[in-house]
Amino acid sequence: MKRIYLDYAATTPADPRVIDEMLPFFTEHFGNPSSVHSFGQETKSAVEAARETVSGLLGAAPDEIVFVSGATEANNTALKGTAFAKRDKGNHIITSAIEHHSVSETVAALKKEGFRITNLPVDRYGMVDPDDVKKAIDEKTILISIMHANNEIGTIQPIAEIGKIARERSITFHTDAVQSLGHIPVNVDDLDVDLLSGSSHKFYGPKGVGFLYVRKGTKLTALLFGGDQEKRRRAGTHNTPGIVGTAAAARIAHESMAEESVREAVLRDRLIKGITGAVQDASLNGHPTMRLPNNANISFHFIEGESILLSLDMEGIAASSGSACTSSTLEPSHVLLAIGLSHEVAHGSIRFSLGRWTTDEDVARVIEVLPGIVSRLRVMSPLFAERTSHGIVQR
Amino acid sequence: MESYSDKVMDHFRKPRNVGAIDDADGVGKEGNPMCGDIMELSIKVKDDTIIDAKFRTFGCGAAIATSSMITEMIKGKSIQDALKISNRAVAEALDGLPAKKMHCSVLAADALKKAVDDYREHRKAL
Repeated sequence: MKRIYLDYAATTPADPRVIDEMLPFFTEHFGNPSSVHSFGQETKSAVEAARETVSGLLGAAPDEIVFVSGATEANNTALKGTAFAKRDKGNHIITSAIEHHSVSETVAALKKEGFRITNLPVDRYGMVDPDDVKKAIDEKTILISIMHANNEIGTIQPIAEIGKIARERSITFHTDAVQSLGHIPVNVDDLDVDLLSGSSHKFYGPKGVGFLYVRKGTKLTALLFGGDQEKRRRAGTHNTPGIVGTAAAARIAHESMAEESVREAVLRDRLIKGITGAVQDASLNGHPTMRLPNNANISFHFIEGESILLSLDMEGIAASSGSACTSSTLEPSHVLLAIGLSHEVAHGSIRFSLGRWTTDEDVARVIEVLPGIVSRLRVMSPLFAERTSHGIVQR
Repeated sequence: MESYSDKVMDHFRKPRNVGAIDDADGVGKEGNPMCGDIMELSIKVKDDTIIDAKFRTFGCGAAIATSSMITEMIKGKSIQDALKISNRAVAEALDGLPAKKMHCSVLAADALKKAVDDYREHRKAL
């Protein structure tokens, strides 16, 4: 059975072209970029070339890019780094209810340190209202952090508008661009951000590496201390192969973006239309148009997500679920609750995320097998039985 | 995803006794949609013996498998013996459950208790 991977938002396979560029830096070019000898100088120029590539694609200057171990570190550095650097200016941080855990948990930790947090709500499409940001700002606000595109429902936030609001008031503005980088255009000046997090394995690069864009003049305390790497903003020997891979992956994604995003959006829409057409009581989550080209998040009412995932897996199809029935809290996704879904509907939500190797046939196959999976689980569901017996839905 | 035993997957793939007994002698419903699992168990009783059992479950793979398993385990048992089946016994019969899924077996055992309570209420009323 051919396996179908529709979980590109969780991670992507590295592009073979990326690996080809990385390989020499494991063996032949292994020097420490901080060393003065030729071995070190070779890898130092590779790291600096990568920095130039990445910064160029973002419309940034090379020394505004800090290479880190991934988005969790980038987000932690952005939030804690700003909070601690600007502590004497204020203690108020504005963020949203739908951030990734690497932001929301960091903010929760800062709250324990005495920072005051405003968690902005979102509308039913998962959109933050820039007016809410404006209203939340007070004289103690030092940082605003709103993600560029949501990882679960794919909604793209009005970052440029929020950036303008932050800029006018000289408040540091961070965006977690993990899901958008490599998929839609990201330019730090257009978005008007001071800090921006990226993760290579989300755009066909290697795992364990990412970067934080830090606008010139942005005050930031480092998270890791040690050597002088990254202008003392992030100590630790450079992950040369990872950094080279990041640049290669970013370049390839940029080159193919215009074409690829349209291709994926067509497949995404076919998938959404196909599923909601073939399955009763299946509804799309997230914004109808302001969404990532590769994200389709759908709630299947009356049934639970993990059992859908298991059934899909039995057909060789990999997706992910907004049900957290594996988590210790048993709470479903905070994002799905924030857009107003009831607990049981949130538990029955599936994210299909498409990517570079998703084909027409893959999409057709999902549309073909899903109705059977859903009806089998609904026959088993007391919620479905109640719904039909009450005569609300008689089919 | 959780790694389930072959037995759990077997019961998930081919759940036994799905449905609701029309003229059930006892029905028990346990769980809540907040946690993502609800089980409904109906039983038919004759001479204090469970002669039929059916379930309907909204829940994960483990919830469906434990529901299916408990219907198999209680069929043919006296009410008294059926009530002795612990949630642990259900989990063991499935060759174990991941630690985070043990609550699913509790759900099944509790649904059974409720179904028996319901049956006893009905009998008292007669």
